[in-house]
Amino acid sequence: MRNMNERKRTYLLITIPILALFICFNTVPLIRGFIYSFTNFKGFGDYDWVGFRNYVDLFQDPRVGKSYLFTFKLAIVATIVTNVISLILALGLNGKIKGKSFFRGAYFIPNVLGALVVGYIFNYFFTYILPGMAKMAGIDSLSGSMLSDTKTAWIAIVIVCAWQAIAMNTIIYISGLQTVPEDVYEAGSLDGATGWKKFKHLTFPLIIPFFTINMVLCVKNFLMVFDQIMALTKGGPAQSTESISYLIYNNGMSGGQFGFQSANAVIFFIVIVAISVAQMQISGRKEEQL
Amino acid sequence: MKAKVKEKTNWPVMILLILGLITVAFPLYMTIVIALKQPSEMTNSIAGILSLPKSFSLSNFKEAMEVTDFWNSLKNSLLISVITVVLSIVVHSLMGYAVGRNKAHSKFYKFVYMFVVSGMFVPFAILMMPLAKQTAEMGLGNWVGVIILYVVFYMPMNVLLYSGYLTNIPIALEEAARVDGASTWKTYWKVIFPIMKPMHATVAVLTALAVWNDVMTPLVIMAGTGQNTLPLAQLNFQTQFGTNYNLAFASYLLALIPIVIFYIICQKQILNGVVNGAVK
Repeated sequence: MRNMNERKRTYLLITIPILALFICFNTVPLIRGFIYSFTNFKGFGDYDWVGFRNYVDLFQDPRVGKSYLFTFKLAIVATIVTNVISLILALGLNGKIKGKSFFRGAYFIPNVLGALVVGYIFNYFFTYILPGMAKMAGIDSLSGSMLSDTKTAWIAIVIVCAWQAIAMNTIIYISGLQTVPEDVYEAGSLDGATGWKKFKHLTFPLIIPFFTINMVLCVKNFLMVFDQIMALTKGGPAQSTESISYLIYNNGMSGGQFGFQSANAVIFFIVIVAISVAQMQISGRKEEQL
Repeated sequence: MKAKVKEKTNWPVMILLILGLITVAFPLYMTIVIALKQPSEMTNSIAGILSLPKSFSLSNFKEAMEVTDFWNSLKNSLLISVITVVLSIVVHSLMGYAVGRNKAHSKFYKFVYMFVVSGMFVPFAILMMPLAKQTAEMGLGNWVGVIILYVVFYMPMNVLLYSGYLTNIPIALEEAARVDGASTWKTYWKVIFPIMKPMHATVAVLTALAVWNDVMTPLVIMAGTGQNTLPLAQLNFQTQFGTNYNLAFASYLLALIPIVIFYIICQKQILNGVVNGAVK
């Protein structure tokens, strides 16, 4: 009995302080952000309660609406691009090739590099190198900087986001492909399954859990995109590439919209939770079917 | 007969993979050659920009180190990353242990587990503004505050990983130690902590990569202290590079070198860690 109590006490002594730390720096600021969202706080000085006015304004603010549209467009396109390329790359890297570990190691490099510095490097590439190449090749449509055109700036951001995310997703797909037992293919080839058919009916259904992981990772990371925006466009040109995180940071921290952007952050939080829950339920259902 | 057939290399795939590597290598090549050149060598044609430098000089790096306060930023980055990783391993594994061993039969621990793990869904964007205020009020608007925040931010993920790993460790191991009269605390450090070594490696790799490259937390919390981490220094000194791209690229390269060295040394652990972290 004494033993039991000693055990319980130790577990509690571990849990309580760590839980307190978590509440202090995660739950409390979350609640404070929620409270600020009902005020006209500028980040300093006095403030008044404004009820739901921030939320009403939020849905009428064209800049906020634009940032949601941009962020979702970026997240959806980048997720598709990243997953298609990484899956192809993973199939190649898992194939019969020499120097497998070298290739895998090399293709992963983009992921360990910091997104901000990568963004700066690509900034130069899009501003000087790419237009220079386009001029040499005689492609007029690319002779200006992609980053200074409202029509193309978001594509440049997709490219940079994908460049880093592909590295990560490929590694996860490879580990998925390695779980597919060899005899599945042998049985399949007896039935005459080759190429695309083999992939569609044999390989892909078996790596669906890994596909789900990659989708969840991608969507979540891309929706929170910040560093790349900071390094490539700072939200420009003409506010066409302001991601939600960037807008909250820029206008909330230094633009005097602390209260208003808190409301934006609350909505953003709800959106992230809703998407994560939806994704988990969909993926849970798919895995059950297997 | 089948086993005797030696697997043939698939050359078309091999060639495509080599070509694909250009997309990885080109930006890095560009960074290196520009960092090694002088502005006078940067003619207007891209051939001039991308050609190899005529003479080898490290003067850009020397100047970049001075402009961005490189050694100080490196020191801050190392300090923050190392302390965060050590604290994460200790704090998160303890929490994972306490929660993981009890959540099956205790409603309280089940709740704590769900509560902490659901912190994964909280985007930094919503915490950013209140935290900037809160850390300033508490006198934590500095690197110490940044470390505390990292320990809190990565807790959901790491507690999930640790408590998941614990389900594979038989309770009998602890029971045996207890029969010998060891306290729960002692049992943890003598028996459980060493057994979780593979998970420590995963947690260390994931936390280190995330912390080292993070910009937002130090940007929001350490603003105004005059201190920088390596990525933050690139952001804060961006205007000082002006149009001297050679200096800027020397600085970018300096910021990338430490993590690349770390990757080359620990490549296997990093790849394993990343996969483990994502799949579990």
